[in-house]
Amino acid sequence: MSVLGLYVPGTGPLHRIPAGPKLLALLVLGVALIAVADLWVALTVLVVALVLYPVTGLGARRALAVLRVLWPFLLAIGVFQALFVGAWTEGVRLCAQLAALVLLANAITLSTRVAEMLALFERLARPLRRVGADPDRVALVLALTIRSIPMVAAAWTAARDGYRARGLRNRPHLLVVPVIVHLLRMAEATGEALVARGIDEDSESAHR
Amino acid sequence: MLRLEGVSHSYDDRAVLRGVTLDLAERRIGVIGANGSGKSTLARTLNGLVLPDEGRVSLGEWDTRRHARHIRRRVGFVFSDAANQIIMPTVVEDVEIGLRSLRLGRAETERRVNEILTRHGLADHRDHPGHLLSGGQKQLLALASVLVTEPEVLVCDEPTTLLDLRNTRMVHRTLDGLDQQVVLFTHDLDLLADFDRVLVMHEGRVAFDGAPTDAIGFYTKLLDEDTDPGGRAS
Amino acid sequence: MPRTRKHVRHRGLTARDLALIAVFAALIAAMSVTVAIPLPFSPVPITLQTMGIMLAPSLLGWKRGTLAVAAFVALGLAGLPLFAGGRGGFGVLAGPSAGFIVSWVFAALVIGLLTDLMLRNGRYVFWQGLLINVLGGIVVIYAIGVPWMGVVLGDGVLAAGTAMTVFLPGDLVKAVVTALIAATVFRAYPIPPAGRPVTDHVDTVSAATDTEPGKNA
Repeated sequence: MSVLGLYVPGTGPLHRIPAGPKLLALLVLGVALIAVADLWVALTVLVVALVLYPVTGLGARRALAVLRVLWPFLLAIGVFQALFVGAWTEGVRLCAQLAALVLLANAITLSTRVAEMLALFERLARPLRRVGADPDRVALVLALTIRSIPMVAAAWTAARDGYRARGLRNRPHLLVVPVIVHLLRMAEATGEALVARGIDEDSESAHR
Repeated sequence: MLRLEGVSHSYDDRAVLRGVTLDLAERRIGVIGANGSGKSTLARTLNGLVLPDEGRVSLGEWDTRRHARHIRRRVGFVFSDAANQIIMPTVVEDVEIGLRSLRLGRAETERRVNEILTRHGLADHRDHPGHLLSGGQKQLLALASVLVTEPEVLVCDEPTTLLDLRNTRMVHRTLDGLDQQVVLFTHDLDLLADFDRVLVMHEGRVAFDGAPTDAIGFYTKLLDEDTDPGGRAS
Repeated sequence: MPRTRKHVRHRGLTARDLALIAVFAALIAAMSVTVAIPLPFSPVPITLQTMGIMLAPSLLGWKRGTLAVAAFVALGLAGLPLFAGGRGGFGVLAGPSAGFIVSWVFAALVIGLLTDLMLRNGRYVFWQGLLINVLGGIVVIYAIGVPWMGVVLGDGVLAAGTAMTVFLPGDLVKAVVTALIAATVFRAYPIPPAGRPVTDHVDTVSAATDTEPGKNA
């Protein structure tokens, strides 16, 4: 698992806007689009969203990839509205709205580093301090998860090889159980290391 | 100086440490012993990872039971499986996070991180994911992440168990070059040749305490006498 | 019951709990990414994703399990390609299957709470676990996900619900396998409860004047 995720490195205008304003703009636009519920507004925003990809250096191909995932849903909307409701303009509007919003949201993801997004989450989690949550620990868990994904994947591969080597078949739980036990041990050792390294002091250390 | 006074500990009904009393003053101290001899638990009492049922572990005026945070800042700990000790996604982040609680400021943090990465030959891997490093490099990263906080004492619990010979030598050289006091718990008797003092743990007690060659001689004789190989992993 | 009253109470989350949350969030991610059976006419393949969602609270309990699922969702939304079919980012939240992603957190909460309840009264019983998984991992997820999809697609809940039946047999199998795994793991490895034990003395004091909030991640 790459730490880059879906991020596309670049220096376009969208890359230069911080994550917070981008998400806020998307939220406002999304609410407005649904509240106005106008065919031409929806189509205009869709065109803007489509043009945004080549203009900001994300590439038209990535826009098409989004649409490829979305097309069965768009088809379902179109067919349902045309056949059962008899309002094909309504169908076009709903399709345009959905495609526009998904395209715009995806553009934000493609132009924002995962680390920047996580930093934003951490800031947004700050008010949770009042209910007893610690933003530092939130950030720590998210970082720990990213570091654990390749370790889990490796444990998974090793267990699958063992499962095949022993000629076991059709008993998937016998494949998963050793992985889980391995992960539980791994978590135990990691917890110990967090305490030993003074990164997370909040632990009952005598309890093993 | 690390001091243990009458330290006893058991898991459930199994006693793993039976009244260990020690002053650890020498610069290079090795601890050897079979699996289940209490070695690993002894290591964990030194920085408060394990608080003993009885007795006291202290560093100067600090006590692991009451001043765990202070002790952990001064007594660094390196585990045998570095993969579990590496906590952050990339090399540089992992070295940085240990410094966060020291609140040194950005410039000083960066200076220390760069210095330690260069010293341990990890500068080229700065932004690489930790899990892509080789086994030896992982252990070096684990060491670097602990050393960057500049502890007074470094406790290593079998740091070379999972490494091949070349990487074992690399870790050995690194430990050798440290200014800090090192307490090394190991199965690797070769590492201890030039140590100041070596302890042999047996059934939860310090069975021998002396020069490396004598200790290793005592240990091998102990293993020869002990025909029952009933040692269990601790 | 005197047995439950004798239980030591646990509070907050320890460093080991944080590690467990992270490792299980990573497990859900690995399960979403590694196995994928493509379906015709569906952009979303069948994956083990929902099995991960059921497993985490079954094994870790409501607090750690729900947080593991939340961590997984947060990383997916932040732009890691963790959701089924290698998707991720906020586009997923704007799309028709957003309800399913939101529902996972509630599914974990329901499974975790009910499993905790079952374990407090004894051991992990396979068929009870299966029922809990079906309730949390299927009923809750579909009850949130399907209407949400219906609203987004503007074609009524019925059509969306019909389309989703493709996933139902797979989800049933996953509920069974999850219960099997949980029953076996609980026999193989004792998973410590979340939080640090609170001694009786502190317990009675804090029960009277419970002003200090427990520290959570």
